[in-house]
Amino acid sequence: MTATEERPIGFGRMTRKEDARFVRGHGTYVDDVQLPGMLHAAVLRSPYAHARITSIDTSAAEAHPKVKAVITGQTLAGLKLAWMPTISYDTQAVLATDKVRFQGQEVAFVVAEDRYAARDALALIDVEYEPLPPVIDARRALDADAPVIRDDKENQTDNHIFDWSAGDKARTDEVFANADVVVAQDMLYPRVHPAPLETCGTVADMDPITGKLTVWSTTQAPHAHRTLYAMVAGIPEHKIRIISPDIGGGFGNKVGIYPGYVCAVVGSIVTGKPVKWMEDRSENLMSTSFARDYHMRGEIASTKDGKILGVRVDVIADHGAFNATAQPTGFPAGFFSVFTGSYDLAAAYCSVTGVYTNKAPGGVAYACSFRVTEAAYLVERMVDRLAAELAMDPAQLRMRNLLRPEQFPYQAKTGWEYDSGDYPRALALAMDMAHYDDLRREQAAKRELGELMGIGISFFTEAVGAGPRKHMDILGLGMADGAELRVHPTGKAVLRISVQTQGQGHETTFAQIVAEELGIPPDDIDVVHGDTDQTPFGLGTYGSRSTPVSGAAAAMVARKVRERAKIVASAMLEVSQDDLEWEKGRWFVRGDPDSGKTMTEIALAAHSNLELPEGVEGHLDATCVYNPPNLTYPFGAYICVVDVDPGTGQVKVRRFIAVDDCGIRINPMIVEGQIHGGLADGVGMALMQVIAFDEDGNCLGGSFMDYLLPTSMECPSWELGETVTPSPHHPIGAKGVGESATVGSPAAVVNAVVDALTPYGVRHVDMPLTPAAVWRAIQGRPLRTDLAIT
Amino acid sequence: MQITVTVNGEQYTRDVEPRLLLVHFLRDELRLTGTHWGCDTSNCGVCAVWLDGTPVKSCTVLAVMADGHEVRTVEGLANGAELDPVQQGFVACHGLQCGFCTPAMMMTARWLLDHDPDPSEQNIREAISGQVCRCTGYENIVRSIRWAAEHGSGAHPAETVPAREEVRA
Repeated sequence: MTATEERPIGFGRMTRKEDARFVRGHGTYVDDVQLPGMLHAAVLRSPYAHARITSIDTSAAEAHPKVKAVITGQTLAGLKLAWMPTISYDTQAVLATDKVRFQGQEVAFVVAEDRYAARDALALIDVEYEPLPPVIDARRALDADAPVIRDDKENQTDNHIFDWSAGDKARTDEVFANADVVVAQDMLYPRVHPAPLETCGTVADMDPITGKLTVWSTTQAPHAHRTLYAMVAGIPEHKIRIISPDIGGGFGNKVGIYPGYVCAVVGSIVTGKPVKWMEDRSENLMSTSFARDYHMRGEIASTKDGKILGVRVDVIADHGAFNATAQPTGFPAGFFSVFTGSYDLAAAYCSVTGVYTNKAPGGVAYACSFRVTEAAYLVERMVDRLAAELAMDPAQLRMRNLLRPEQFPYQAKTGWEYDSGDYPRALALAMDMAHYDDLRREQAAKRELGELMGIGISFFTEAVGAGPRKHMDILGLGMADGAELRVHPTGKAVLRISVQTQGQGHETTFAQIVAEELGIPPDDIDVVHGDTDQTPFGLGTYGSRSTPVSGAAAAMVARKVRERAKIVASAMLEVSQDDLEWEKGRWFVRGDPDSGKTMTEIALAAHSNLELPEGVEGHLDATCVYNPPNLTYPFGAYICVVDVDPGTGQVKVRRFIAVDDCGIRINPMIVEGQIHGGLADGVGMALMQVIAFDEDGNCLGGSFMDYLLPTSMECPSWELGETVTPSPHHPIGAKGVGESATVGSPAAVVNAVVDALTPYGVRHVDMPLTPAAVWRAIQGRPLRTDLAIT
Repeated sequence: MQITVTVNGEQYTRDVEPRLLLVHFLRDELRLTGTHWGCDTSNCGVCAVWLDGTPVKSCTVLAVMADGHEVRTVEGLANGAELDPVQQGFVACHGLQCGFCTPAMMMTARWLLDHDPDPSEQNIREAISGQVCRCTGYENIVRSIRWAAEHGSGAHPAETVPAREEVRA
């Protein structure tokens, strides 16, 4: 087979292998799993944000002819499962026993013959509540008279979770004290929800004879789930098999273990039958991992001619009722300390205080690279605030302060070592593509006519691909990933990986990685993933870590195979290994290119009776575990152009230019698709998405009628550009890209809208920039977007 | 109650609860799981199928309303082993990632092309505006549908990869 751009043997554009089943409607998502005798479950949830449970009567539900089991917190308490550990070393109620702590919290679990009957039975459960005053505003959570939410925890006398800081405070204070210009801005990155179109769910099947538990689950981290189930439920880990089949989008929403999953397992044990539980949309939006909810006060210091000196930020982080945030141990604010962004600063400091509120738990989900989203938004808004203060063009201000290529590897003031970058080149390309100067001229002309046009820029640097495992673990599980590669006698291969796809196209790109290393066509390589019984251990797909960690593992295991092939080839050719040279797909004798053996020939010989050197086993199969030496640091320059209707506050995104540098691109088609999706995410968060609450803690974003997602009408045709700065430490020079656009784009949109509103003296508007929020900003009466308070 | 529904040309007679949704009838009763469910409120559109030749959101249609009517789902889109040009276009132009919205998007796309064989980008965007995709940012869905319009009877998608539109520094 000859390689072409469309059918590369290695990196390049190629259509996806997984599409064959999806376009025929033959994907297998969790809700498509149908087992003999399977029962269906539903969860009863709290209508209150904060209330004491005085009684639960399940007798009427149990009497329903189709109901097989009703499980309450009390049932679980008997099994020591009423509470479960979270990934942030807190505890979370599986089913409430004492109090409910957010609206939508799990109270009871019904298992019935069909999904309609399970729902019917929920209405038959009688729960008596004694409502308590809720804590809704994170900024009031630490008030002396605030009700204590977590009175279940010993020694917890307030709603404080943690204080965390990064950077040199004294040095930063000194830089700020001596700066010509200091600008401060309060800003909220509101609570949003990833809202994958497939909600979360599970099918749990405990085999009463073998004691083996098989769980089909919407999980981005099947291996970590297996270990956690073993730890939580006490089931031996070898008796647990987690299958993460086709996943209808994850975006971080499917990292954690939800109470419904645990209840389904218990339901299967209790009934002896497989139990399916699938959330409905409201349950998904109201109870599963939200993201953001950072109340930030940023400050930026500079000289009067625009040399940025320092950035300082204080954060109140709303973690909801249980600290169920998924992030590495020791990083309670994730990687937020990368808020120094893409600039060469003299000093930087941040402090973050995490608090409990009567809202759903979670906190880090949604394509955010462990809070890099909040960090990028903060610094990019602050740079624009500074530009306005200095009356400088925001592009010029950035160009002046961006890190220079010769400064890499760059030691950031908060401890990160940026691996590689050429930032000015990316910004220059974006400005070129946008025809930036023409846009500014058009804007000036429109302003003369009273029309509102805005141009927004953001330049982001991400830190993605956790580990290294020495510094990063989740509940003690180091963030390294395994890979196994088998090469069959006929030269076809099977790659088994620890991460799994939720749409990122692993079955294609991981085959391409092996193809690039071995010269076998990608179509001859099957990628197995998403089944803990069939794949090596690893931490899963989130935080843009698949390519940086597992992709590296795939490359390294292929190189091991290549080295084994070299030994076999030397035996076949009867020459020393030192005389062999590699070209893609074959080993040949140096100086005699016609004498060589292809991988197919070598694979067959490796399984034959060919005599191999002493100590060399046959076959070519290999395994490896990849522990990344550093994170990868993708970056990009984004420019957004908006038109704002001054009468209605409606924002129209006219153009969006995105230049991304994620190092080497394995399959550019897939990379571009990832960026397109992230840009739509960013537009959605900037303009319409928010999970807000009223003063009683009622969730105001509990359906797609209230929680708005961008459609084809709100999204422009994206204009993409690329630069390529390989990661020096990654085996193939690649960096993560799955979240880049989600991280980088919201600031560009907000900067554009604020730029449009400059004639009104507007300096900041909190997301989402709904028509109401923009119109209120124009009127000089900003709207608080996270609460139903005006 | 007993209903008879023709799905993808085949007649099915089943006893169903009057409140059973069409989406659950297709998925749970007929095991045609290519049609998905996503929101309950007719907002996301991953459940779109054809009812008597018109796209409907099957989460807000009762199965009994389809009694005596014709339904077409993604499983009925291909002509045997030969993919519909819309299906080919989605493969060729990377019009899907997780695949969850894809069947419904393709059903709407097929309907659009049957009524407007040469739609503008704007017409395509309007046609799919009642359906949500969380992965693609819509760009490649629009391109996929244009591809299908341009390849009515279809080249094999593997032979066609969309022109590179990126700018490189």
